[in-house]
Amino acid sequence: MAEKKSWLPRWFYQLASPRWCYEFMGRLLPWFGVGTLFLLVAGTLWSLVYAPADYQQGNSFRIIYIHVPAAILAQSCYMLMAIAGAIGLIWKMKVADMVAKSCAPIGATIAILALATGAIWGKPTWGAWWVWDARLTSMLVLLFLYLGVIALHSAMESDTTASQATSVLALVGLVNIPIIKYSVDWWNTLHQPATFTLTEKPAMPTEMWLPLLVMVIGFYCFFAVSLMLRVRNEILRRERRASWVRALLDKV
Amino acid sequence: MSFDNFSDFLAMGGHGLYVWLSYGIALVIVAINLVEPLMARKQLITDLVRRLRRESSN
Repeated sequence: MAEKKSWLPRWFYQLASPRWCYEFMGRLLPWFGVGTLFLLVAGTLWSLVYAPADYQQGNSFRIIYIHVPAAILAQSCYMLMAIAGAIGLIWKMKVADMVAKSCAPIGATIAILALATGAIWGKPTWGAWWVWDARLTSMLVLLFLYLGVIALHSAMESDTTASQATSVLALVGLVNIPIIKYSVDWWNTLHQPATFTLTEKPAMPTEMWLPLLVMVIGFYCFFAVSLMLRVRNEILRRERRASWVRALLDKV
Repeated sequence: MSFDNFSDFLAMGGHGLYVWLSYGIALVIVAINLVEPLMARKQLITDLVRRLRRESSN
């Protein structure tokens, strides 16, 4: 009998193996840990001490170095959660379900960070902590989507049904992501347009956007560390009956 | 360097409260997201080892 030709690359099947993922993430973690520490410490020093003050907003402008990375990360995290959930639904891949589940608490806290720093920045800049502006409201919806995913997951008894239900919710909520992105173009808003675009040079001078880039990459590395720690915990918990987990625990 | 001395740095041109509050919240949220899974791992391993010992003693 001819061997069935697979159209998916080998690494895709390796990703399906919880054991392979657990070990692979264990090897990646120290590197991302060091990267996170270095980038976040350097980025924070750079943005607080060396970046110049804005000519209109003065030093309150420095909040951008937390606010923008948090807002970008909160949206990327949501997309990853929805895509991982979809992969889990389609290919019944357990690790993808675990990734989707682990994204939710990180995304929720980072969305809170984006909203909180936005409010703190809004007070000296716009004179109000909160306005019902399109960008702010769609970010708040993002936070509620994360909280909905967390609540729905914890309400279900079985991991499998919980993953299926939250994946559907996350996929439906995906429609909010372009709304957040284009909210500043579609509606008249107080919120300023995007700082970074892939196609154009930033409007800021280099000594302002370079630390921002460092912070964005640092936040992504932090996200990778936190996500891998959580996914590894999930793998251990759900695979506790597997012989390799038992062997691992025997060594403790 | 954008500041002449340390008290200027703390004051942030009168926006000190806003800037430091933002960076403080960021630090707390980043720390929670790293410490929480590490503590959960410790707890999980303790529980799983206990369960394993109980099963093997029966």
